[in-house]
Amino acid sequence: MQIARVIGTVVSTQKHPKFEAAKLLLVQPLALDDTPRGTPLLAVDSVGAGVTEKVLVVIEGRAAGEALGRKGAPVDAAVIGIIDSVDVQE
Amino acid sequence: MQLARVIGDLVVTRKDENLTGIKLMVLQPIAADGSDVGRTLVAVDAVGAGVGETVFFVRGKEASFPFYPTEVPTDAGIVGIVDHWDIES
Repeated sequence: MQIARVIGTVVSTQKHPKFEAAKLLLVQPLALDDTPRGTPLLAVDSVGAGVTEKVLVVIEGRAAGEALGRKGAPVDAAVIGIIDSVDVQE
Repeated sequence: MQLARVIGDLVVTRKDENLTGIKLMVLQPIAADGSDVGRTLVAVDAVGAGVGETVFFVRGKEASFPFYPTEVPTDAGIVGIVDHWDIES
């Protein structure tokens, strides 16, 4: 899983039926010091996350499909949690 | 998933039989600000996208799910056409 920040939303009318009523979020993966890491990606939302929130994202198809609760959905990423805090001790 | 622009299409006559009838498109992934990012790739199309449109695509074997039960040999597939997207900076 990855820590990411929700930076936007995506609207699509013509899409695969398995996406019906699913919320699509643009999320920016973050390093542990909260700096952006890599390219933003689209994830389906299964927890009701909003823009600017820090979230937990799975980037793997099977897990994302389970989060969406639909078998055989063509998804590869999902928001599965809203992060309250991260505590790293090195 | 990732945002991309459809920049072309492919005609492939000799191919895996499970790709028969499936449209192949050339994608340029884009960042949240719309600028090009990363390498272009070829993806199967499950939603009827056209050249010039902004789409989102899925990577991995899940790209073949829209064609179930046909097991399409692909690692990327277009699954939606983007109307618009909003980012908060």
